[in-house]
Amino acid sequence: MTAIHSTVDPAGRAHARPAGPRPPSGGDGGRAGTDSAAAARAARNRRKWLEIVGFSAPATIVYAMFVLVPMAFAFYYSLFRWRGVGAPTDFRWFNNYKLAFEDPVFVDALTNNAIIVVGSLLIQGPLALGIALLLNRRFFGRSVFRALVFVPYVLAEVTVGIMWGLILVKGGELDTVLQSAGLGSWIRPWLADQDLVIWTLLGILTWKYLGFAIILFLAGLSNVPEELSEAAAIDGASWWQIQRHVTIPLLGPTIRIWMFLSIIGSLQVFDVIWVVSAASMRSLGASATMATYMVDNGFFARLWGYGNAIAMILFIISFTAGLLFQRFVLRRDIEGALTGRGRRAVKLRGGK
Amino acid sequence: MARSRRTRSVLAVFASAALLATGVAACGSDDNTSGELYKNPVTLTWWHNANQDGPGKDYWKKVADDFHALHPTVTIEIEAIETNALQRTRIPAALQSNDPPDIFQAWGGGEIVDQVAADYLKDITDQTKAEVASIGSAAEIWAVDGRQYGLPFRMGIEGFWYNKAMFAQAGITKVPSTLAELNEAVTKLKAINVIPIAVGAGDKWPAAHYWYNFALRDCSVATLRAATKEQKFDDPCFVKAGEDLQAFLATNPFQDNFIATKAQEGANSSAGLVANRKAAMELMGDWNKGVMETLTPDRKGLGDDLGWFPFPGIEGSPGDPKASLGGGDGFACAKNAPAECVEFLKYIVSVDVQKGYAAAGVGIPVAKGAEAGLTDPVLQTIQQATAQASYTQLWLDTAYGSTIGNAMNDGIIKIFAGAGTPQQVVDQMKAAAQK
Repeated sequence: MTAIHSTVDPAGRAHARPAGPRPPSGGDGGRAGTDSAAAARAARNRRKWLEIVGFSAPATIVYAMFVLVPMAFAFYYSLFRWRGVGAPTDFRWFNNYKLAFEDPVFVDALTNNAIIVVGSLLIQGPLALGIALLLNRRFFGRSVFRALVFVPYVLAEVTVGIMWGLILVKGGELDTVLQSAGLGSWIRPWLADQDLVIWTLLGILTWKYLGFAIILFLAGLSNVPEELSEAAAIDGASWWQIQRHVTIPLLGPTIRIWMFLSIIGSLQVFDVIWVVSAASMRSLGASATMATYMVDNGFFARLWGYGNAIAMILFIISFTAGLLFQRFVLRRDIEGALTGRGRRAVKLRGGK
Repeated sequence: MARSRRTRSVLAVFASAALLATGVAACGSDDNTSGELYKNPVTLTWWHNANQDGPGKDYWKKVADDFHALHPTVTIEIEAIETNALQRTRIPAALQSNDPPDIFQAWGGGEIVDQVAADYLKDITDQTKAEVASIGSAAEIWAVDGRQYGLPFRMGIEGFWYNKAMFAQAGITKVPSTLAELNEAVTKLKAINVIPIAVGAGDKWPAAHYWYNFALRDCSVATLRAATKEQKFDDPCFVKAGEDLQAFLATNPFQDNFIATKAQEGANSSAGLVANRKAAMELMGDWNKGVMETLTPDRKGLGDDLGWFPFPGIEGSPGDPKASLGGGDGFACAKNAPAECVEFLKYIVSVDVQKGYAAAGVGIPVAKGAEAGLTDPVLQTIQQATAQASYTQLWLDTAYGSTIGNAMNDGIIKIFAGAGTPQQVVDQMKAAAQK
């Protein structure tokens, strides 16, 4: 979500700039007018700064109070051996961070996060793209299908978790369906096998978030001008060729934004895993993610300092992933908003 | 004009901020520790964990209303919070913030030791001598170095809940009183094609309780007391407990996929398997009857087929066969809570209120004489066994505190998953003590 804000926000500011203070009237004030002109400019400057401070202060204060200050506290607490009782006093430098990487369960959690990041991109992306392209064609009942595809995303994570927990339990709905389809030999301990559980969870996450990718892609597709595919069709391109060479390249920005959201979401995934998979499977490392590991250790083992260290690691990994992705992949899409801004400003000033 | 309006709005903002600040300050200075009892009006905030609609929640509401009727100067504001959220985040955070609830749920054991060390709790030793005498040794769990900081309102020991009809069908004529007899019962139950024992290992603690019970049989009471007090686990009996557990697991007494089975959610949970007549036994605390009842369509659980027996003894083990594992729930008053808080705590554990608690059927009361309120025969059995136990060891994860407790449970789960060793459990506990 922050990604969306940060791209929209500067764009909004960019719009606001031309509509700002107007150039002074009576531009041909001679040498005699310099003093008063300077005074007027100073007054305008002051007013401009008042406006900037006045309008941005509420957001800045809220952001600082609920994002920056807690983050600073989290970092501070992460340096202590602290069980959440009394004030933190036992300062240990970066010992909690060291302990985290020494714990095989945390390494398992990192691996599981990596599986979910890569798995989501590789499975959800192509699948959602295919479905979106199909749903973009005109056919009877299209809007019904579009709505249905979106339903899993609208359901609350906990609802989804409890539902899948009941479906996947031994003797649950999935096993019954497989049995009656003559596929009894396919039945596995979906949530109880240490090697299988993470893939089961990846399947549930795919089911849950596929609708989101599809709706994003459909929105992107509606921005692809029909004239282009018409022109291609007139030139004799088949439907496949049009999708491959016209539609999908034009969908690029949407796909990249979806990838960004998917990566960040996969790194921070918590709810579905927490509800579907048992505490035992998290402890064994089979289904733990960084976020579940943080809660298990921070609150359930009451290691507050250690939990804060995990939170910091999760933050640093997500933040770095986000920055790298923006720098190298989203570069073209958000040019002027984050990456190219400084350079363009220099260029403009140089041009004057 | 424009500027003066702006000035005025800035002033308004400052004024409201100041109001807010004084409001917060007023909230903080609300607690009046000095003065005579029931002279000045006080509001007690009470956080308990009976958050599900039902007899438990209703009963606490009634207790608060009755107390207010007796002492109109005391108003009680209840907040009922889910137990994990309450104990692991809400209470620790509130205690940190210097504005804790006046009276709140306390698990006792390691948790209360930490809270006392941080000076969060009111010392109630002098005011509650009579109550402690009535409750007996269970009150020790809420005491630190001989000073009392909280009182329990329910306490029960753990045992096997079983299906009498299945036992009869399998030809088990007498409930197992030794481990050998339990193993024999498991074999007989397998022969009639039912799951001998259901365990909710997915939630970790129900599995860990097997290890605790083996430790209770393998360790002497003196060793257990010392382990709790000094947090030292060097005695070889703790490794022996893991070995006994491995031997027991080798008899294959549990349902398939037990490693991920949850304890209390749905018909396929361990309690659900017993309640729906798929499994014959489950090792669980005194609350299990109520849980099982919610898991059958008719809301009756096993009805008259439900039976209970304590964890069997082990032939030739050094532990006391009459010692049992158990736990309870209590309340404590915050350090700066008004004196009325202690009076309310005493009221909660008074015989009449405890009788009403027993009659509500949500737990086993602690006050002497309150057991008369129990109507359910199984709960009466547990109450008698609790009263007769020579020594009641608090759940080890509670006794050792969350940090060591969690590491211990994780180590035990590895044994259940076939991936850990008895020595690792002890090693992990020692490592956690340093974390």
